[in-house]
Amino acid sequence: MAKVPVQFTLNGSEKAEFIDSGTTLLHALRDKIGDTSPKGGCHQGTCGACSVIVDGELRLSCLTLAETCNGATITTTSGLAEGGVLHPLQRAFLDTFATQCGFCTPGMIMAAKVLLDHTPNPSREDVVEALSGNICRCTGYEPIIQAVLTAARGNSQNAA
Amino acid sequence: MAIRRGRGVAAINYPTGMNLGGDPTQALVHSTPTGNFMVTLSSVDLGQGMKQIMAQICAETIGVPTDCVVVDTADTDTGPHCMGTFASRGTHRAGNAVIQAAKEARQVMLEVAAEELEVNASDLETDGQGNILVKGAPQKSISIFDVALSAHFKRGRSISGRGMFLIPRSYPEKETGAMKPSTCYAHACTVAEVEVDDETGEVTVLTVKNVFEIGRALNPKMVEQQLVGGSWMGISHALYETTEPYYPNRDHGGTDFNQYLMPGPGDLAETEIIVLERPSADGPYGAKGPGEMCANPQIPAVANAVFDAVGVRVDTLPITPERILRALKAQAN
Repeated sequence: MAKVPVQFTLNGSEKAEFIDSGTTLLHALRDKIGDTSPKGGCHQGTCGACSVIVDGELRLSCLTLAETCNGATITTTSGLAEGGVLHPLQRAFLDTFATQCGFCTPGMIMAAKVLLDHTPNPSREDVVEALSGNICRCTGYEPIIQAVLTAARGNSQNAA
Repeated sequence: MAIRRGRGVAAINYPTGMNLGGDPTQALVHSTPTGNFMVTLSSVDLGQGMKQIMAQICAETIGVPTDCVVVDTADTDTGPHCMGTFASRGTHRAGNAVIQAAKEARQVMLEVAAEELEVNASDLETDGQGNILVKGAPQKSISIFDVALSAHFKRGRSISGRGMFLIPRSYPEKETGAMKPSTCYAHACTVAEVEVDDETGEVTVLTVKNVFEIGRALNPKMVEQQLVGGSWMGISHALYETTEPYYPNRDHGGTDFNQYLMPGPGDLAETEIIVLERPSADGPYGAKGPGEMCANPQIPAVANAVFDAVGVRVDTLPITPERILRALKAQAN
Protein backbone atom coordinates (compact mmCIF):
# COMPACT_ATOMS: atom_id res chain seq x y z
CA MET A 1 0.00 0.00 0.00
CA ALA A 2 1.25 3.46 -0.84
CA LYS A 3 2.70 5.45 2.00
CA VAL A 4 1.08 8.72 2.97
CA PRO A 5 3.16 11.83 3.66
CA VAL A 6 2.46 13.62 6.93
CA GLN A 7 4.01 16.82 8.20
CA PHE A 8 3.53 18.55 11.53
CA THR A 9 5.33 20.60 14.16
CA LEU A 10 6.32 18.52 17.19
CA ASN A 11 7.52 20.43 20.23
CA GLY A 12 8.69 23.29 18.03
CA SER A 13 10.48 21.32 15.35
CA GLU A 14 9.22 20.33 11.89
CA LYS A 15 8.64 16.63 11.32
CA ALA A 16 7.89 14.89 8.03
CA GLU A 17 7.29 11.16 7.69
CA PHE A 18 5.89 8.69 5.21
CA ILE A 19 3.43 6.48 7.05
CA ASP A 20 0.97 3.72 6.28
CA SER A 21 -2.53 5.07 5.92
CA GLY A 22 -4.35 4.38 9.19
CA THR A 23 -1.29 4.75 11.42
CA THR A 24 -2.23 6.22 14.78
CA LEU A 25 -0.57 9.38 15.97
CA LEU A 26 0.71 7.38 18.96
CA HIS A 27 2.46 4.89 16.68
CA ALA A 28 3.86 7.66 14.47
CA LEU A 29 5.23 9.57 17.47
CA ARG A 30 6.73 6.59 19.27
CA ASP A 31 7.90 4.27 16.52
CA LYS A 32 8.48 6.61 13.56
CA ILE A 33 9.73 9.79 15.19
CA GLY A 34 11.06 8.31 18.42
CA ASP A 35 9.23 10.46 20.97
CA THR A 36 8.32 7.80 23.55
CA SER A 37 6.82 10.18 26.10
CA PRO A 38 3.22 9.34 25.10
CA LYS A 39 2.56 5.83 26.46
CA GLY A 40 0.45 3.12 24.87
CA GLY A 41 -1.72 1.82 27.71
CA CYS A 42 -5.00 0.44 26.39
CA HIS A 43 -4.95 1.52 22.70
CA GLN A 44 -8.69 2.11 22.90
CA GLY A 45 -9.09 5.47 24.61
CA THR A 46 -9.86 4.36 28.15
CA CYS A 47 -6.66 5.09 30.10
CA GLY A 48 -5.34 8.49 28.95
CA ALA A 49 -1.66 7.48 29.02
CA CYS A 50 -1.21 8.46 25.35
CA SER A 51 -2.60 12.01 25.75
CA VAL A 52 -0.92 14.73 23.68
CA ILE A 53 -1.85 18.28 22.77
CA VAL A 54 -2.85 18.91 19.14
CA ASP A 55 -3.45 22.57 18.22
CA GLY A 56 -4.12 23.40 21.86
CA GLU A 57 -6.58 20.59 22.48
CA LEU A 58 -6.10 17.43 24.49
CA ARG A 59 -6.18 14.39 22.23
CA LEU A 60 -5.85 10.65 22.76
CA SER A 61 -3.07 9.86 20.33
CA CYS A 62 -4.06 6.17 20.22
CA LEU A 63 -7.41 7.13 18.65
CA THR A 64 -6.07 9.91 16.41
CA LEU A 65 -4.95 9.07 12.88
CA ALA A 66 -1.58 10.63 12.16
CA GLU A 67 -2.66 11.73 8.68
CA THR A 68 -5.37 13.94 10.24
CA CYS A 69 -2.62 15.94 11.93
CA ASN A 70 -1.12 17.37 8.74
CA GLY A 71 0.02 20.91 9.45
CA ALA A 72 -0.86 20.61 13.14
CA THR A 73 1.16 21.82 16.11
CA ILE A 74 1.70 18.97 18.55
CA THR A 75 3.03 19.13 22.08
CA THR A 76 4.12 16.12 24.13
CA THR A 77 5.53 15.91 27.63
CA SER A 78 9.06 15.54 26.29
CA GLY A 79 8.76 19.04 24.83
CA LEU A 80 7.84 20.83 28.06
CA ALA A 81 11.24 21.40 29.64
CA GLU A 82 13.04 24.44 28.28
CA GLY A 83 16.82 24.69 28.33
CA GLY A 84 17.07 21.94 30.93
CA VAL A 85 14.56 23.67 33.23
CA LEU A 86 11.51 21.60 34.03
CA HIS A 87 8.05 22.93 33.25
CA PRO A 88 6.24 24.05 36.45
CA LEU A 89 3.91 21.04 36.15
CA GLN A 90 6.84 18.63 35.94
CA ARG A 91 8.46 20.37 38.93
CA ALA A 92 5.20 20.14 40.89
CA PHE A 93 4.78 16.43 40.11
CA LEU A 94 8.25 15.84 41.56
CA ASP A 95 7.71 18.05 44.60
CA THR A 96 4.40 16.45 45.58
CA PHE A 97 5.58 12.86 44.94
CA ALA A 98 2.85 12.52 42.30
CA THR A 99 4.58 9.80 40.33
CA GLN A 100 5.60 6.25 41.20
CA CYS A 101 5.93 3.86 38.25
CA GLY A 102 5.53 6.87 35.96
CA PHE A 103 3.53 5.25 33.19
CA CYS A 104 0.49 7.55 33.55
CA THR A 105 2.56 10.64 34.28
CA PRO A 106 3.02 12.06 30.73
CA GLY A 107 -0.70 11.73 30.06
CA MET A 108 -1.57 13.30 33.39
CA ILE A 109 0.77 16.21 32.70
CA MET A 110 -0.71 16.76 29.24
CA ALA A 111 -4.27 16.77 30.65
CA ALA A 112 -3.18 19.16 33.39
CA LYS A 113 -1.40 21.47 30.94
CA VAL A 114 -4.50 21.87 28.78
CA LEU A 115 -6.50 22.64 31.93
CA LEU A 116 -4.04 25.28 33.15
CA ASP A 117 -3.71 26.80 29.64
CA HIS A 118 -7.46 27.46 29.68
CA THR A 119 -8.05 27.82 33.42
CA PRO A 120 -4.95 29.19 35.17
CA ASN A 121 -6.58 29.13 38.63
CA PRO A 122 -8.68 25.96 38.71
CA SER A 123 -10.72 24.67 41.63
CA ARG A 124 -10.14 21.17 42.94
CA GLU A 125 -13.29 20.10 41.07
CA ASP A 126 -11.85 21.54 37.83
CA VAL A 127 -8.68 19.49 38.35
CA VAL A 128 -10.59 16.28 39.10
CA GLU A 129 -12.72 16.82 35.99
CA ALA A 130 -9.65 17.48 33.83
CA LEU A 131 -7.92 14.30 35.04
CA SER A 132 -11.02 12.11 34.94
CA GLY A 133 -10.02 10.49 31.64
CA ASN A 134 -6.66 9.37 32.97
CA ILE A 135 -6.15 6.37 35.22
CA CYS A 136 -3.31 5.70 37.65
CA ARG A 137 -2.41 2.46 39.42
CA CYS A 138 0.04 3.68 42.04
CA THR A 139 -0.66 7.05 43.57
CA GLY A 140 -4.31 7.09 44.62
CA TYR A 141 -4.64 10.33 42.57
CA GLU A 142 -4.50 12.70 45.54
CA PRO A 143 -0.80 13.56 45.04
CA ILE A 144 -1.52 14.21 41.33
CA ILE A 145 -4.41 16.54 42.17
CA GLN A 146 -2.12 18.33 44.62
CA ALA A 147 0.61 18.62 41.96
CA VAL A 148 -1.75 20.36 39.53
CA LEU A 149 -3.04 22.70 42.25
CA THR A 150 0.56 23.45 43.27
CA ALA A 151 1.53 24.30 39.69
CA ALA A 152 -1.57 26.47 39.42
CA ARG A 153 -0.63 28.38 42.57
CA GLY A 154 2.70 29.09 40.88
CA ASN A 155 0.68 30.58 38.00
CA SER A 156 -1.19 32.94 40.29
CA GLN A 157 2.04 33.98 42.04
CA ASN A 158 3.65 34.80 38.70
CA ALA A 159 0.62 36.86 37.72
CA ALA A 160 0.67 38.82 41.01
CA MET B 1 -35.39 2.42 50.76
CA ALA B 2 -32.73 4.75 52.02
CA ILE B 3 -29.08 5.71 52.10
CA ARG B 4 -27.63 4.04 55.18
CA ARG B 5 -24.40 4.84 56.93
CA GLY B 6 -22.01 2.40 58.50
CA ARG B 7 -18.60 2.27 60.08
CA GLY B 8 -16.18 -0.66 60.07
CA VAL B 9 -12.81 -1.38 61.60
CA ALA B 10 -10.11 -3.90 60.74
CA ALA B 11 -6.58 -4.62 61.90
CA ILE B 12 -3.92 -6.64 60.15
CA ASN B 13 -0.61 -8.30 60.90
CA TYR B 14 1.47 -8.54 57.72
CA PRO B 15 4.66 -10.53 57.13
CA THR B 16 7.63 -8.87 55.44
CA GLY B 17 8.72 -11.19 52.63
CA MET B 18 7.87 -14.85 52.20
CA ASN B 19 9.22 -18.16 53.32
CA LEU B 20 8.66 -20.97 50.85
CA GLY B 21 12.10 -22.38 50.21
CA GLY B 22 14.29 -19.77 51.88
CA ASP B 23 14.29 -16.10 50.90
CA PRO B 24 17.67 -14.74 49.74
CA THR B 25 18.88 -11.47 48.23
CA GLN B 26 22.43 -10.62 47.23
CA ALA B 27 24.12 -7.24 46.74
CA LEU B 28 27.50 -6.11 45.51
CA VAL B 29 29.11 -2.73 46.25
CA HIS B 30 32.25 -1.29 44.68
CA SER B 31 33.88 2.10 44.43
CA THR B 32 34.70 3.90 41.23
CA PRO B 33 38.25 5.31 40.84
CA THR B 34 36.97 8.69 42.05
CA GLY B 35 35.31 7.47 45.23
CA ASN B 36 31.71 7.13 44.21
CA PHE B 37 30.00 3.89 45.13
CA MET B 38 28.09 1.54 42.92
CA VAL B 39 25.44 -0.83 44.31
CA THR B 40 24.63 -3.73 42.00
CA LEU B 41 21.32 -5.49 42.60
CA SER B 42 18.77 -7.54 40.75
CA SER B 43 15.98 -6.13 42.91
CA VAL B 44 13.85 -4.14 40.52
CA ASP B 45 12.52 -0.66 41.24
CA LEU B 46 8.86 -0.69 40.20
CA GLY B 47 8.45 2.95 41.09
CA GLN B 48 8.24 2.43 44.84
CA GLY B 49 11.72 3.90 45.36
CA MET B 50 13.99 0.88 45.73
CA LYS B 51 16.93 2.72 44.15
CA GLN B 52 16.60 5.74 46.43
CA ILE B 53 16.31 3.61 49.58
CA MET B 54 19.27 1.38 48.64
CA ALA B 55 21.36 4.50 47.90
CA GLN B 56 20.46 5.89 51.34
CA ILE B 57 21.30 2.60 53.08
CA CYS B 58 24.63 2.25 51.25
CA ALA B 59 25.57 5.88 51.90
CA GLU B 60 24.68 5.64 55.59
CA THR B 61 26.74 2.46 56.04
CA ILE B 62 29.84 3.61 54.17
CA GLY B 63 29.62 7.16 55.49
CA VAL B 64 29.27 9.17 52.27
CA PRO B 65 26.55 11.53 50.96
CA THR B 66 23.63 9.75 49.27
CA ASP B 67 24.35 11.40 45.93
CA CYS B 68 27.74 9.63 45.84
CA VAL B 69 25.94 6.30 45.43
CA VAL B 70 24.63 4.93 42.15
CA VAL B 71 22.30 1.93 42.21
CA ASP B 72 22.25 -0.37 39.20
CA THR B 73 19.36 -2.80 38.93
CA ALA B 74 19.70 -3.16 35.20
CA ASP B 75 20.09 -6.86 34.51
CA THR B 76 18.76 -9.87 36.40
CA ASP B 77 20.74 -12.21 34.12
CA THR B 78 24.11 -10.85 35.20
CA GLY B 79 23.40 -9.15 38.51
CA PRO B 80 23.67 -10.72 41.96
CA HIS B 81 20.73 -12.94 42.85
CA CYS B 82 17.47 -11.52 44.19
CA MET B 83 14.17 -13.35 44.61
CA GLY B 84 12.39 -10.23 43.37
CA THR B 85 10.45 -7.15 44.34
CA PHE B 86 7.25 -8.55 45.85
CA ALA B 87 5.78 -9.58 49.20
CA SER B 88 6.93 -6.23 50.69
CA ARG B 89 10.42 -7.72 50.86
CA GLY B 90 12.56 -5.27 48.84
CA THR B 91 13.68 -2.84 51.52
CA HIS B 92 14.12 -5.53 54.18
CA ARG B 93 15.96 -8.21 52.21
CA ALA B 94 17.95 -6.08 49.74
CA GLY B 95 18.60 -3.45 52.41
CA ASN B 96 20.22 -6.00 54.72
CA ALA B 97 22.32 -7.35 51.83
CA VAL B 98 23.44 -3.82 50.92
CA ILE B 99 24.44 -3.12 54.55
CA GLN B 100 26.62 -6.25 54.61
CA ALA B 101 28.25 -5.40 51.27
CA ALA B 102 28.76 -1.76 52.22
CA LYS B 103 30.35 -2.71 55.56
CA GLU B 104 32.92 -4.87 53.77
CA ALA B 105 33.64 -2.08 51.26
CA ARG B 106 33.93 0.45 54.10
CA GLN B 107 36.47 -1.77 55.85
CA VAL B 108 38.72 -1.88 52.74
CA MET B 109 38.28 1.87 52.31
CA LEU B 110 39.41 2.48 55.90
CA GLU B 111 42.37 0.11 55.48
CA VAL B 112 43.60 2.03 52.42
CA ALA B 113 43.06 5.33 54.24
CA ALA B 114 44.99 3.95 57.21
CA GLU B 115 47.97 3.14 54.99
CA GLU B 116 47.87 6.63 53.48
CA LEU B 117 47.59 8.34 56.88
CA GLU B 118 49.96 5.88 58.59
CA VAL B 119 47.51 5.14 61.39
CA ASN B 120 45.45 2.15 62.50
CA ALA B 121 42.23 1.61 60.52
CA SER B 122 40.27 1.18 63.76
CA ASP B 123 41.20 4.78 64.68
CA LEU B 124 39.43 6.19 61.62
CA GLU B 125 35.92 7.53 61.15
CA THR B 126 33.94 9.08 58.30
CA ASP B 127 32.34 12.53 58.43
CA GLY B 128 29.50 11.68 56.05
CA GLN B 129 30.69 14.45 53.72
CA GLY B 130 33.28 12.47 51.78
CA ASN B 131 36.22 12.55 54.21
CA ILE B 132 37.95 10.08 56.53
CA LEU B 133 39.29 11.51 59.80
CA VAL B 134 41.42 10.26 62.66
CA LYS B 135 39.15 9.98 65.70
CA GLY B 136 39.96 12.80 68.11
CA ALA B 137 42.34 14.44 65.64
CA PRO B 138 40.11 15.58 62.75
CA GLN B 139 42.88 17.80 61.34
CA LYS B 140 44.48 14.56 60.17
CA SER B 141 42.21 13.49 57.33
CA ILE B 142 42.01 12.28 53.76
CA SER B 143 39.20 12.60 51.22
CA ILE B 144 37.48 9.45 49.99
CA PHE B 145 38.29 10.70 46.48
CA ASP B 146 42.02 10.41 47.29
CA VAL B 147 41.56 7.08 49.05
CA ALA B 148 39.86 5.63 45.96
CA LEU B 149 42.59 6.96 43.67
CA SER B 150 45.21 5.44 45.94
CA ALA B 151 43.41 2.09 46.08
CA HIS B 152 43.05 1.93 42.31
CA PHE B 153 46.39 3.28 41.10
CA LYS B 154 48.84 2.84 43.95
CA ARG B 155 47.86 0.06 46.30
CA GLY B 156 46.03 -2.30 44.00
CA ARG B 157 43.05 -2.74 46.31
CA SER B 158 39.43 -3.16 45.30
CA ILE B 159 37.18 -1.12 47.60
CA SER B 160 34.29 -3.49 47.34
CA GLY B 161 32.03 -5.73 49.34
CA ARG B 162 29.69 -8.69 49.05
CA GLY B 163 26.36 -8.93 50.78
CA MET B 164 24.00 -11.85 51.14
CA PHE B 165 20.89 -11.83 53.28
CA LEU B 166 18.97 -15.05 53.70
CA ILE B 167 15.87 -15.82 55.68
CA PRO B 168 16.27 -19.61 55.86
CA ARG B 169 13.36 -21.88 55.18
CA SER B 170 11.31 -22.63 58.27
CA TYR B 171 9.95 -26.19 58.48
CA PRO B 172 6.81 -26.83 60.49
CA GLU B 173 7.16 -28.97 63.61
CA LYS B 174 5.65 -32.36 62.83
CA GLU B 175 3.61 -32.62 66.02
CA THR B 176 2.11 -29.15 66.23
CA GLY B 177 2.51 -27.61 62.77
CA ALA B 178 4.11 -24.60 64.43
CA MET B 179 6.58 -22.71 62.27
CA LYS B 180 8.08 -19.27 61.80
CA PRO B 181 6.70 -17.98 58.50
CA SER B 182 8.36 -14.59 58.86
CA THR B 183 10.85 -12.78 61.07
CA CYS B 184 9.32 -9.37 60.76
CA TYR B 185 5.72 -8.11 60.73
CA ALA B 186 4.18 -4.77 59.84
CA HIS B 187 0.79 -3.82 61.25
CA ALA B 188 -2.11 -1.64 60.27
CA CYS B 189 -5.54 -0.61 61.44
CA THR B 190 -8.21 1.06 59.33
CA VAL B 191 -11.57 2.61 60.13
CA ALA B 192 -13.81 3.10 57.10
CA GLU B 193 -17.07 5.00 56.92
CA VAL B 194 -19.46 4.21 54.09
CA GLU B 195 -22.86 5.07 52.72
CA VAL B 196 -24.85 2.22 51.19
CA ASP B 197 -27.89 2.82 49.01
CA ASP B 198 -30.10 -0.15 49.87
CA GLU B 199 -32.14 0.39 46.70
CA THR B 200 -29.25 0.34 44.19
CA GLY B 201 -26.61 -1.45 46.28
CA GLU B 202 -24.10 1.30 45.60
CA VAL B 203 -21.39 1.90 48.20
CA THR B 204 -19.69 5.26 48.67
CA VAL B 205 -16.64 5.32 50.93
CA LEU B 206 -16.75 8.61 52.84
CA THR B 207 -13.61 8.40 54.96
CA VAL B 208 -10.72 5.99 55.52
CA LYS B 209 -8.53 6.52 58.55
CA ASN B 210 -5.40 4.36 58.57
CA VAL B 211 -2.67 3.77 61.12
CA PHE B 212 0.36 1.93 59.79
CA GLU B 213 3.17 0.48 61.93
CA ILE B 214 5.99 -0.03 59.48
CA GLY B 215 9.24 -0.08 61.43
CA ARG B 216 11.60 2.79 60.70
CA ALA B 217 10.43 4.99 57.80
CA LEU B 218 13.75 5.25 55.93
CA ASN B 219 12.34 7.91 53.60
CA PRO B 220 9.20 9.38 55.20
CA LYS B 221 7.89 11.13 52.07
CA MET B 222 8.19 7.98 49.99
CA VAL B 223 6.58 5.93 52.72
CA GLU B 224 3.68 8.37 52.76
CA GLN B 225 3.45 8.12 48.97
CA GLN B 226 3.17 4.32 49.21
CA LEU B 227 0.59 4.46 51.98
CA VAL B 228 -1.67 7.02 50.27
CA GLY B 229 -1.64 5.02 47.04
CA GLY B 230 -2.07 1.74 48.91
CA SER B 231 -5.03 2.97 50.92
CA TRP B 232 -6.79 3.95 47.71
CA MET B 233 -5.90 0.62 46.13
CA GLY B 234 -7.41 -1.23 49.10
CA ILE B 235 -10.74 0.51 48.51
CA SER B 236 -10.44 -0.32 44.83
CA HIS B 237 -9.98 -4.01 45.67
CA ALA B 238 -12.85 -3.92 48.16
CA LEU B 239 -15.42 -2.42 45.80
CA TYR B 240 -14.34 -2.49 42.17
CA GLU B 241 -11.52 -4.62 40.82
CA THR B 242 -11.89 -8.20 39.70
CA THR B 243 -10.73 -10.28 36.78
CA GLU B 244 -13.29 -13.01 37.46
CA PRO B 245 -16.58 -11.55 38.68
CA TYR B 246 -18.40 -14.91 38.59
CA TYR B 247 -15.47 -17.09 39.67
CA PRO B 248 -15.06 -20.03 39.04
CA ASN B 249 -17.07 -19.30 35.89
CA ARG B 250 -14.62 -17.29 33.82
CA ASP B 251 -17.20 -15.72 31.51
CA HIS B 252 -17.89 -12.01 31.81
CA GLY B 253 -14.39 -11.22 33.10
CA GLY B 254 -13.13 -7.75 32.38
CA THR B 255 -11.01 -7.58 29.25
CA ASP B 256 -10.17 -3.87 29.22
CA PHE B 257 -10.47 -0.70 31.28
CA ASN B 258 -14.12 -0.31 30.25
CA GLN B 259 -14.92 -3.49 32.19
CA TYR B 260 -12.07 -3.79 34.67
CA LEU B 261 -13.16 -1.04 36.99
CA MET B 262 -10.94 1.22 39.05
CA PRO B 263 -12.00 4.35 40.87
CA GLY B 264 -10.87 7.56 39.22
CA PRO B 265 -9.79 10.90 40.69
CA GLY B 266 -13.42 11.82 41.28
CA ASP B 267 -14.07 8.81 43.54
CA LEU B 268 -11.65 9.50 46.37
CA ALA B 269 -12.55 9.01 50.00
CA GLU B 270 -11.25 11.47 52.56
CA THR B 271 -8.05 9.69 53.59
CA GLU B 272 -5.99 9.96 56.74
CA ILE B 273 -2.61 8.30 57.22
CA ILE B 274 -0.78 8.00 60.52
CA VAL B 275 2.64 6.30 60.65
CA LEU B 276 3.94 4.59 63.77
CA GLU B 277 7.64 3.76 63.75
CA ARG B 278 8.65 0.74 65.82
CA PRO B 279 12.06 -0.24 64.41
CA SER B 280 12.33 -3.95 63.66
CA ALA B 281 15.14 -5.98 65.19
CA ASP B 282 16.35 -7.56 61.94
CA GLY B 283 15.45 -4.83 59.45
CA PRO B 284 17.97 -2.52 57.75
CA TYR B 285 18.14 0.46 60.11
CA GLY B 286 14.90 -0.85 61.62
CA ALA B 287 12.81 -0.93 58.43
CA LYS B 288 9.97 -3.33 57.70
CA GLY B 289 8.01 -3.79 54.47
CA PRO B 290 5.19 -1.24 54.09
CA GLY B 291 4.49 -1.89 50.42
CA GLU B 292 1.89 -4.59 50.01
CA MET B 293 0.37 -4.56 53.46
CA CYS B 294 -0.81 -0.97 53.14
CA ALA B 295 -3.54 -2.00 50.62
CA ASN B 296 -4.99 -4.73 52.86
CA PRO B 297 -6.83 -3.41 55.95
CA GLN B 298 -9.24 -1.24 53.92
CA ILE B 299 -10.88 -4.35 52.48
CA PRO B 300 -12.22 -5.93 55.71
CA ALA B 301 -12.87 -2.44 57.12
CA VAL B 302 -15.16 -1.64 54.16
CA ALA B 303 -16.84 -5.07 54.42
CA ASN B 304 -17.50 -4.45 58.11
CA ALA B 305 -18.80 -0.95 57.37
CA VAL B 306 -21.23 -2.36 54.80
CA PHE B 307 -22.46 -4.85 57.44
CA ASP B 308 -22.87 -2.00 59.92
CA ALA B 309 -24.84 -0.01 57.33
CA VAL B 310 -27.26 -2.59 55.93
CA GLY B 311 -26.76 -5.71 58.05
CA VAL B 312 -25.50 -8.08 55.37
CA ARG B 313 -22.19 -9.93 55.17
CA VAL B 314 -20.76 -9.92 51.65
CA ASP B 315 -18.02 -12.54 51.73
CA THR B 316 -16.92 -12.38 48.08
CA LEU B 317 -14.83 -9.55 46.68
CA PRO B 318 -15.36 -7.07 45.26
CA ILE B 319 -18.44 -5.92 47.15
CA THR B 320 -20.48 -4.95 44.10
CA PRO B 321 -23.98 -3.44 44.07
CA GLU B 322 -25.23 -6.77 42.69
CA ARG B 323 -23.81 -8.74 45.61
CA ILE B 324 -25.25 -6.32 48.15
CA LEU B 325 -28.71 -6.46 46.56
CA ARG B 326 -28.63 -10.28 46.42
CA ALA B 327 -27.59 -10.40 50.09
CA LEU B 328 -30.36 -7.97 51.05
CA LYS B 329 -32.88 -10.06 49.14
CA ALA B 330 -31.69 -13.27 50.83
CA GLN B 331 -31.94 -11.56 54.20
CA ALA B 332 -35.51 -10.39 53.50
CA ASN B 333 -36.61 -13.93 52.62
